[in-house]
Amino acid sequence: MKVLVPVKRVVDYNVKVRVKSDQTGVDLANVKMSMNPFCEIAVEEAVRLKEKGVATEVVVVSIGPVQAQETIRTALAMGADRGILIQTDEDLEPLAVAKLLAAVIGEEAPGIVVMGKQAIDGDNNAVGQMLAALLDWPQATFASKIEITGDKAEVTREVDGGLQTLSVDLPAVVTADLRLNEPRYASLPNIMKAKKKPIDVKAPGDYGVDTAPRLKVLKVVEPPKRQGGAKVESAAELVSKLKNEAGVL
Amino acid sequence: MAVLVIADHDNASLKDNTHKTVTAALAISGDVDVLVAGQGVAAVAAEAAKIAGVRKVLVAESADLGKQVAEAVTDTVVALSSGYDAVLIPATSAGKNYAPRIAAKLDVAPISEIIEVVDASTFVRPIYAGNALETVQSSDAKKIITVRATAFKAAGEGGSAAVETVGAAGAMAHTRFVSDEIVKSDRPELSAAKIVVSGGRALGSAEEFQRVIEPLADKLGAAVGASRAAVDAGYAPNDYQVGQTGKVVAPQLYVAIGISGAIQHLAGMKDSKVIVAINKDADAPIFQVADFGLVADYKVAVPELMDELAKVGL
Repeated sequence: MKVLVPVKRVVDYNVKVRVKSDQTGVDLANVKMSMNPFCEIAVEEAVRLKEKGVATEVVVVSIGPVQAQETIRTALAMGADRGILIQTDEDLEPLAVAKLLAAVIGEEAPGIVVMGKQAIDGDNNAVGQMLAALLDWPQATFASKIEITGDKAEVTREVDGGLQTLSVDLPAVVTADLRLNEPRYASLPNIMKAKKKPIDVKAPGDYGVDTAPRLKVLKVVEPPKRQGGAKVESAAELVSKLKNEAGVL
Repeated sequence: MAVLVIADHDNASLKDNTHKTVTAALAISGDVDVLVAGQGVAAVAAEAAKIAGVRKVLVAESADLGKQVAEAVTDTVVALSSGYDAVLIPATSAGKNYAPRIAAKLDVAPISEIIEVVDASTFVRPIYAGNALETVQSSDAKKIITVRATAFKAAGEGGSAAVETVGAAGAMAHTRFVSDEIVKSDRPELSAAKIVVSGGRALGSAEEFQRVIEPLADKLGAAVGASRAAVDAGYAPNDYQVGQTGKVVAPQLYVAIGISGAIQHLAGMKDSKVIVAINKDADAPIFQVADFGLVADYKVAVPELMDELAKVGL
């Protein structure tokens, strides 16, 4: 079975982003970029499926600028077999991304798609669900455990109040939550090997789908700053202030 | 122009997220209907009918809807969608699961976790873990939106909307519900609680988390939360997680114990009215957002706090 893993290049999760003074967006100049953490978890899961003998090939797809090749190389160093880059400098919306991925899946015919539940830049949490809808496949989002038996996947999902387990027929789209696994660090020999693995470079136009934006960003601003920083000396002072000043007890 | 709100419920009772989402919907249009999709939801529908400003309550029932299976909710909502210009969905784990699926079926760009309605097609939403707020304008004729309920006041009671049964999607062919493992608790629900007590990695173990955090929460009548670090370490269950990738809360009082205050965590609680932080590291970032910071070891401070609360009758 082939596993397809879409991955996104985003601002590194440790970077404190700054809003541009002209309110057009977030300043990405000279900022460290990395693979989206949820995508890393998805790559790890796909590689483990291959190591367990459930998957035969792991194909990684990224949609983004030429530098997204580095993100694909990171996945290849973790153990993915080959990559596809749909190269574009446009910041495509989730609907457009889902349409492009659906077209790729039409060509690749994977048995399962494993992907991050959301990208930490746009925080949309949408592409996996939209991809499943466009393909008319079942979806199992926010996965903390995936078990594949034959042509079914049993997926444990993190939901409000606890966990839910679903059984979905394959092919399906599964989106990874934080506790699905802990991604490995690529070893130096594997990083070297990854350089020789193939990456196919395509353009959005190759797939003949409508990627026009539906949303217009009018402005991007910083959130209001919270005034904090006051200290109390003791538990007694804390309770007194909560009761008398703040009135929350 | 009419708006459909999808109710948040557990088949037994209606959740406050619904009232808050109705408030967001009323900012778009005066014609707001509520869909209660579930199983055995007559009581939920009756509660929804009492929300002030609701025009009509639609009820769809099936086993798959009772488990909020995304495919079933999607098919049901898509069938109803022609009568609406916008569908507003509380951004719960269930809502976040099916909203984009509905949007894709309708060829619409979903708008996730709005915190403000500017006008009928313009909304404000957080990006980059809440470190930036973007205002987006949709050009889609129909809008599919998830609503961060904590950003809106709950609509009041006093309505008397008609309740109407609508068709539910047929049984799902490719997805089967297997089991639920829902944590049973007498405490208030985390995202709706007036007071939240959260513990972090400093607690060091699940036993210590239960020994320290839970009695304090019970004394305050509070819900229990946790930082991602505490959840990852197995000190607390996953649904306790407060933060950008967990639950977003905005209680009257948020008490953070042994939590350093990673950006990810702050994004999930910084809209709380009053924030208390207890941490022995005076430089912990949590103190920058705390209204009342106590630099102390929780092992000393929490028992003292319990005593002081007892003195004021709690």
